[in-house]
Parts: sequence; structure tokens; C-alpha cells
Amino acid sequence: MMQFMLLFSRQGKLRLQKWYVPLSDKEKKKITRELVQTVLARKPKMCSFLEWRDLKIVYKRYASLYFCCAIEDQDNELITLEIIHRYVELLDKYFGSVCELDIIFNFEKAYFILDEFLLGGEAQETSKKNVLKAIEQADLLQELCAFLSPSPVMSTLMCLCTDWLPSLLLLLLLLLLSTLHAELLSAWHLFLCPEHLTLSLFGGGGQST
Amino acid sequence: MPAVSKGDGMRGLAVFISDIRNCKSKEAEIKRINKELANIRSKFKGDKALDGYSKKKYVCKLLFIFLLGHDIDFGHMEAVNLLSSNKYTEKQIGYLFISVLVNSNSDLIRLINNAIKNDLASRNPTFMNLALHCIANVGSREMAEAFASDIPNILVAGDTMDSVKQSAALCLLRLNRTSPDLVPMGEWTARVVHLLNDQHLGVVTAATSLITTLAQKNPDDFKTAIVLAVARLSRIVTSASIDLQDYTYYFVAAPWLSVKLFRLLQCYPPPEDGALRSRLTECLETVLNKAQEPPKSKKVQHSNAKNAVLFEAISLIIHHDSEPTLLVRACNQLGQFLQHRETNLRYLALESMCTLASSEFSHEAVKTHMETVINALKTERDVSVRQRAVDLLYAMCDRSNAKQIVAEMLSYLETADYSIREEIVLKVAILAEKYAVDYTWYVDTILNLIRIAGDYVSEEVWYRVIQIVINRDDVQGYAAKTVFEALQAPACHENLVKVGGYILGEFGNLIAGDPRSSPLVQFNLLHSKFHLCSVPTRALLLSAYIKFINLFPEVKATIQDVLRSDSQLRNSDVELQQRAVEYLRLSCIASTDILATVLEEMPPFPERESSILAKLKKKKGQSALPDIDDSRRNVNGSTEHSEITDTTNKSSPSLLKDLLATNRPRPSSFSPIMHFARTMDSTPSFTDMLSLSSAPTAGASLLVDVFSDSSTLTSVDVSEEHFPRFVCKNNGVIYENQLLQIGLKSEYRQNLGRMYIFYGNKTSTQLLSFTTSVTTNDVLKTQLNVHAKAVDTIVEGGAQVQQILNIECLSDFKDAPVLGIQFRYGGTLQNIAVKLPVMLNKFFQTTEMTSQEFFQRWKQLGAPQQEVQKIFKANHPMDTDVTKAKILGFGVALLDGVDPNPANFVGAGVIHTKNTQVGCLLRLEPNTQAQMYRLTLRTSREPVSQRLCELLSDQF
Repeated sequence: MMQFMLLFSRQGKLRLQKWYVPLSDKEKKKITRELVQTVLARKPKMCSFLEWRDLKIVYKRYASLYFCCAIEDQDNELITLEIIHRYVELLDKYFGSVCELDIIFNFEKAYFILDEFLLGGEAQETSKKNVLKAIEQADLLQELCAFLSPSPVMSTLMCLCTDWLPSLLLLLLLLLLSTLHAELLSAWHLFLCPEHLTLSLFGGGGQST
Repeated sequence: MPAVSKGDGMRGLAVFISDIRNCKSKEAEIKRINKELANIRSKFKGDKALDGYSKKKYVCKLLFIFLLGHDIDFGHMEAVNLLSSNKYTEKQIGYLFISVLVNSNSDLIRLINNAIKNDLASRNPTFMNLALHCIANVGSREMAEAFASDIPNILVAGDTMDSVKQSAALCLLRLNRTSPDLVPMGEWTARVVHLLNDQHLGVVTAATSLITTLAQKNPDDFKTAIVLAVARLSRIVTSASIDLQDYTYYFVAAPWLSVKLFRLLQCYPPPEDGALRSRLTECLETVLNKAQEPPKSKKVQHSNAKNAVLFEAISLIIHHDSEPTLLVRACNQLGQFLQHRETNLRYLALESMCTLASSEFSHEAVKTHMETVINALKTERDVSVRQRAVDLLYAMCDRSNAKQIVAEMLSYLETADYSIREEIVLKVAILAEKYAVDYTWYVDTILNLIRIAGDYVSEEVWYRVIQIVINRDDVQGYAAKTVFEALQAPACHENLVKVGGYILGEFGNLIAGDPRSSPLVQFNLLHSKFHLCSVPTRALLLSAYIKFINLFPEVKATIQDVLRSDSQLRNSDVELQQRAVEYLRLSCIASTDILATVLEEMPPFPERESSILAKLKKKKGQSALPDIDDSRRNVNGSTEHSEITDTTNKSSPSLLKDLLATNRPRPSSFSPIMHFARTMDSTPSFTDMLSLSSAPTAGASLLVDVFSDSSTLTSVDVSEEHFPRFVCKNNGVIYENQLLQIGLKSEYRQNLGRMYIFYGNKTSTQLLSFTTSVTTNDVLKTQLNVHAKAVDTIVEGGAQVQQILNIECLSDFKDAPVLGIQFRYGGTLQNIAVKLPVMLNKFFQTTEMTSQEFFQRWKQLGAPQQEVQKIFKANHPMDTDVTKAKILGFGVALLDGVDPNPANFVGAGVIHTKNTQVGCLLRLEPNTQAQMYRLTLRTSREPVSQRLCELLSDQF
């Protein structure tokens, strides 16, 4: 059974936490701190599994974001790796080229999708279609509500665009230069706000395929 | 499609999140959050009733704040209100809040349960799912009490929607995990098994997890699941890759479900029914065959999913441990993975092979991969993979390959990562001992271990080699010769000096015939290391010298000269001084016969479980370590075993067991006199010369009187056993023996302190002529004023008397005052001396400062002599909160948010003495991976930095 899942950025900021075992807030914070440090210290080509306390940690990096799961001794590491990937696919399909910002600003959605996919630390529904169907049904109910009670929707989009645009331009410029030096590029990605990077684009966290 | 157009965005929330993201500093963020919290609080408290939308928005903001890591102490009620909203969106946020911020407030739990009950009864699948998710996420006992009996009905009811069944199954699984006693078993359990036949694969997936958990606890009740699971598996593994539509993942048919079904079957032994068994074998063969087929996709997801199923199938094969062909095929498959280009697969193959090594059918097959594994040890770039390789080598080791494996591990040790060195040392020590056919090899190996990785050789390891040498007389001469040669090296590790000192002290006579290792040469060799060693080692060497006096009368005069020198007789360390005095005296007054009896060779050690094995188990956790004993029992079973028994019987009947013995003797720092006295009391031989078996300090002071005329100044051992414990605290028990307990309570303000000393008489009779004195040495007198009030001269049986000390700190100091106690008990005069925990850091006053101030001062104290830094190994588990408490107990203020690395600790304080005040800044950097700390102290006075560093660095 999965004991918990953490999503955090390269800077160590926690973006999503899901605990399937009862722990005190203090303990959760301690575990998070320890794991973030351990995982961020690992080099890209290293293997995706490590022993930690009496648990197995399975992690994978997607663009700027680390997905990190703790499973028990009997559990299967590789299938957990694919649980992570399926979750990224779900997010990607739902948000449309998901990036870290989507998860920051719509954290509640990220939790809802996760609940449809995993429950009690076990896979509940592994069909992408079925999970998305459930979420879309819920959204439909929301949309109905939204029409009934007038609430401002569009302005959020505007405020997002303002910090999107300049970096998008820079990114384009860099893509032109990218033939010159690949390493330089990756350094620049970090310099730019990496939260804009599409997760699936750089998916693989070390396993280049 | 931009994210926010989905559903209804909450503008206020998005603006708030943007604000937080724009905060330049932690302070700004906290300020913004506090502003928002105040706003929300006022809205919630306001007279105007909030509409559902606003309530939802504020609850969502609170949730966001909580997830950022801040505490939330209100809003629960509003969230609960949202649960009963008939708008889905509000209900959903309400449930999310409850799931994340569970509160055991009983009133609220009742309200929450009420709302859940309504939703479960609503027959609306979306609402039901929300309620079930909430139960599964919270999983509290209260919820189990309320719903554990309803959910099985929902799960097996004919008209329940598929998605609700899935949620119900996993919800029940969670409740069964947290409160198994509350989940009633009954008629439903039979029906739940049949969910394995459900048309909807999602339902099967969820149900399989539930059934596996239940079957682990009551295997008999769910036996029927085996047939269904095998049938389902067989359909999945033989299906064409597109048959299962959306349950096919990158051309692999239902990988999650397959893995879960294989897991379920691991709750049971191989099926007894022949047909079923061959059907399962077929499945497993199909999976193994598929691994050889060319991949259907180049995507890593394809190979991961396929191999996930393969590894789970191999786990089942290993679990059954009954089909030799399958086991060997599995082993060959893993062998292929050992050289795969994917690091992940190499890691898993090594891990999986470790369990395979313990099967009698595949142990030999695993051994054929030894070269590959050794190569992995040398070439893998990832330490966690190398760690697995070490584990596997350890698991596959037996008598046939022990020499090679131990040699490879030893050579790896020279370059191994610091984090795993200690573990490798333990493993090498265990293997060398376990599979030693001739013990000269064993001695060589352990000495090599000390040479290569001396710092990582724990005490257990060198105690162990000494035990073995003592217990086996056929290796003693060789051991003496080998350590003698090893000690010739110009620089050798202190652990080697310890082993050398002990062994030569016991068995030096065995090589003394050779003029190249004559007694005098041996002694000079040992003594040449003396000055470079720490106090405990020197103490051990002194004991070796007195043993030499017994072994070799011709060097007696030389050794007596050494003992008599000022550096021994007047050594500042009480332990050394005492040993020198006593040994010198012993050698002068005792006759040859007495000397020979007292200093007789050590008797064999009693049987014990190997302390090394115990230590390794403790380090790794029992489960993570393939137990060598167990595996050996299966593997190669009888032959190996009888072989061992044979060799054991020849020499000493209990060797093997004894070799793996525990119950570690510790070289104690107790007074040799006490030992002397005790051993003289009980046994006629002074065998415990090297204090290898620790005992309480109590005991009659028989021999104290013998020496009393010559050694009044050193006759009492100053107890400092508990001294270090008082560095970070002020109260507690500082000394205890069978007669007396001494407790302390102290308080300090600026440069003044007061200490209450409580003497508790543990006996039922009076302690007479009870007098105490506090002595400070000449240097300390000028630095510290200690004034003790008088105390009663009689302490009644079972009574406690109190004494007050007033302390004034004049200037910074290093030593500590000594409390001397004298009394008569049953006619004998008792002397006790205790080092009082009055330390420099007691005169700290905390100083709070901002990050900027801190760094400004840090820079001002930048001169090299003002800074003291020490890097040391953690002696206790590295727990942040304990560390914090210790630093606070040390007396400085703990400054949060000063160090850019949140894992580091920064503190500041001022030491108050009568003459001056000394500001002090400290920084402690833990490195959890290496289990090390770096402590840096900066003060304006060098001795202060030194002393504080000494005091604090021993605490972690």
C-alpha cells in the first residue's frame, strides 16, 4: 500500500501532499523535509528507488516537479513508477499540457483527480477514460452551479497571462539559440520560472527514452 | 486549454495565491497570510450571513494556507456547513477540507458523520463517492464505528453503480487497516470474492486490493479467491494487447490488476489442485516468455509495466519455492537484468536475487552471477545500487565462495561511500567469522578491516576478534605474530593498537622466543604507540604492561620505570593515574605467585550470540536483512551444517555458537581497584584485568586499604559517568551506587548559580560520619567560587538530606569542581568523588537577534583563533526536535530563519562572568546522509570557543 505521495519543486517547495496513513502534522513536516532533501540531492542518472527508514521511496522528475511516493516493503516499485506516470497523464489530459502552475493555482483539482485515481493508498481506477469521465461529470455539476450563482471567472486568466507572457517570449528566443549549447539552455530553464514548463515534455527524470 | 476555465474559478483565491507567490521573503509571506487570516476570521464572525460561494472561497483559502505549512485553528465549522450544501462544488470543497484537516473534535465528528450519512443515503452516485472518499481519506475510529457496518452492504448490493463499488471496496480496506475490530465479517465476505469475476475491470482492481488485505488476516475465509484469481490472471496474460481497451497500458494488458492478483496469490501456498496448479504455472511461464519477446513499444512506460508484472510473478515463484524450473528461469531472467542498461532494472534485479539466494533450488544458480555482481560493486555509479550489490553478495555467500567475496568486499571498502562503510565492515566481519575454516584467515581479514577502514570498525568488531582468539588456542600464536607485524607500520589505527595491546598482553609469550620479537622489542613497540593514543587505549596498554610484568620478569624494571614516570603517576586523567599507581604497587609488593594468579590468562568467553550480527540487524531492521542462519538452513542444508559441526567438535564444542555471541563486554572506565576488589572477592584469579566485563561500581573496597598509604591522592575514582548528561540540563541523578544516590537541582542567573544536592541513603541503616567537601584545583580556584553549606553528619536509613552550594563564576573556566563524600557504612569507610556538572555554558543568557544582526556579528568574530569548528559523527539518532531541545538546554537562543539552509541550527547567547561578558554564536549543520555534524562556534575568546565546542559536541 502506498503510504503517502508528495509533489515538490526543484526548489523544495511542496506542491501536493497526500497521506494514506495517520500521522501527526509534526511528523508529516519532518518526513517531508527529510525526503525533499534526500531526493533533491540525488543526481539525474541515479535509479528511481531508494530505501528510506523501513519504506521504499519511488520518485520521478517531470520538468520542474518531483513526484515521490513511499510504498511498503512488499509493494512493487515499477508499477508505482507507472502510477506516477498515469497521474501525470491524467493531469496533462485534464489541464491540457499541465505545468507546475496549474497544480499551484488549481490544487483542489489536483486532489480531486488523485482521489478518483487512488484511494486508501491503492489504485481505484486505472482507466484514464473512466477517471476523466468522473472528473468531467463533477465539473459539469460545477458549471451548472457557476451559471446559477454569478461568479467571476475570466479575470483569473488575465492575471495569469501577465506573468506568463514575458517568459514565454524568452523561451522562444532561447529555443532558437538552443542548437548552440544544450547545457546552456537547461541552465536558462531554471533561471526562467521553471513552473511554466510542461511536465510531460521533459518527463522521464533521467530515463531518456 | 488554460486550466482556470475548467469548473468555476475562484478569483479571490487565485489573487491570493498570486500574492503569496510574489512575496519576496518569508516574513512578507507570513504578513500576507496573517492579513488574510484576519480577514477570513472577521468574515466568518461577521453578522452578515455568508453565501455558499464566499464560504467555499474562504474555506479553500484556509486550506491553501494550511497546505503551505501554517497552522489553522478555525474554519472547521464553516467547512462542515459546506458538506450539507446541495451545490456539488461547495460540498466537494467541504469534503476536501475535512479530509486534509481532520480534527478529532467530537462535536464536529458527529456533524461530519451526519452529513456523510445523508450523502451515502442519497442514492446520488457522485455524492456517495464524495462521502466514501472522505471516509477513506480520514479513516478515523469514529468513522469506522459509524460506517463500518453499512459499507459492506453498499459494496455487494446488486444495484450499486460500478464507481461506487470501487470507492466502497477501498474505503472498507482503509477501515479494515485502521480499525479491523470494527469491520464485521459475515455473509458479505463470500460475495465480495465474486467481485473478482466482475465485468468491470475497475471494480476487479479495487476489489483485489480489498481481498488481499482481508486474506492476509483470514486466509481460510477467502480460499475461494485462488481459483477466481488464477482464472482472471490467465485471461489477462493470454489476451491480445488491445482486448482490454482502456485497461491496456502502453501495450501491456491491465498491469495494475495483474500485479495485484499476483500479490493476492502470495497470501497462499501453491494450489494443491493439480489442474489449478498447472494453469497457474502456465500463467507464470507466459509472463516469463513475454519477457523474452521484443518490446512492442520503445517507451519506458511499456517496459516498466511489463517488468512490473514480471517482477511480481517472480515474487510469487520465490514465495511458492516449489518449482525448480521456474526458480531457475526466474534467476536467469534476473541475471539478464543485472546487465541491463536501465539502472532501475539492475537495482530491482539485485534486490530480487537476494531473496532468490535463500532458496535451496536457486542458490547455486544465483551464485553463477557472482562475477557480475562483483562488477556492479565496482562500476555502478549510484550508491543505492552498490548497496544492493553488497546485500546480494552477503546473501549468496557460502563456504565455497566466502574467501573471494570477502576479498572483494574488502577491496571495495577502500573506496566505498562513507554512508555504507560501517555496514560493510559488519558484514565482512560476520562472513569472515561464519565461514572461517582456518582462523588465521579470519585474523588476517579482521586486521585488514581495521587497516582499511579503522574508523568504521565499531567496538563490537574488535571485541569479537579478541573473544575468538581467546577462545581458540590454535590461533593465538598466529594472532600474536600477525598483530606484532601489523604494529610495525609507522602509522596504524588506534583500533589496531587496542587489539595489539590486548593480544600481546595475553599471548606475547608465544612469540617471545624469536629474538626479533623479544619481550623488550614487543614492549618498546607497544609503548611507541602509547603517546598517540586516546585515554581508553592508554588505559588498556597500561593493563597490557602489567600483564607483561607477569609474562616476562626480565622487562619488569623497564616497565616499572615507565609506570613510575611523572607522565603516568601524575597524569591528569584519573583513570590512567590510578592504573599506574595500582599496577606499580602491585608489581612491587606482590610475590611472583600472586602476580601469576592475579594476572592469569583470560579464561574462554561464555557462549553468546554474535554482537556483530545483533548490531547489523539493529542497523538494517530485521526484515531488510536476509538472515544468514535461516538461509543456510535451507540452502545446501545438511552437508554444510554437518561440516560446521565437525570442525566445531574437533576443537571446542561450542565454537560456532560462541563465535556468533553477544552480550558485549565493554571496556569500562571503572576503577580497576573496584574490579580487583570484586574479583578477589569472588574468584581467586585476577582475570578481569582489562576490564572486559563491566559491573556496577559497587563492591567492597577490600584492596583500597592495601594501597591506602601510598595512594591517598588517587584512592577514589572520580565519577564522571553522568557528567555529560548535565551539559544540556540542570536536574537529575548524578551518581548512584548500592548505598547512596545523589541528585541535583540547579539554577543559574547571569554569573551566579545555586545547586541543591540531595543525598539519598538507599540502605536501611545509618550512614555515619557523613562529610562532604567541594574541591577545586588551583587554576579553577581563581575562576570559580564555590561555597558549600554544611550538611548533617548522620544520614538515617532511607532518608534524604539536602545541601546547598552557591557558585560564582569569576572568569571563563574549563575544569569542574569535585564533590568528595566520606561516610562510614557497616564499619568501613566509604569514599566517593563526583565531578559536579558546573560548566561554562551554565552561565549563558540567551540573545535573540535578526538574521542581519547575526551575520554582522558573525563577520566581526572572523579571526581564526575566535572560531572553533568540529566535525563529528552522530552518536544518537539525528532528530531535529531533540537537537533543538539540546541546543536550548545548552543555554543559547535558537534563531529561526537565520541560516539559509533550514536544516541547520543557529544559536546565540552571552556568557556572564564576574569580570567580563563573552558573546557567543554557534551553528550546527547536520548531514543526515553521512550521519555527521559540523559544529562551528565563534566567540571573542579562544578558550571559551574551545570549551563550549567540547561540551556541546559530545551531546549529539
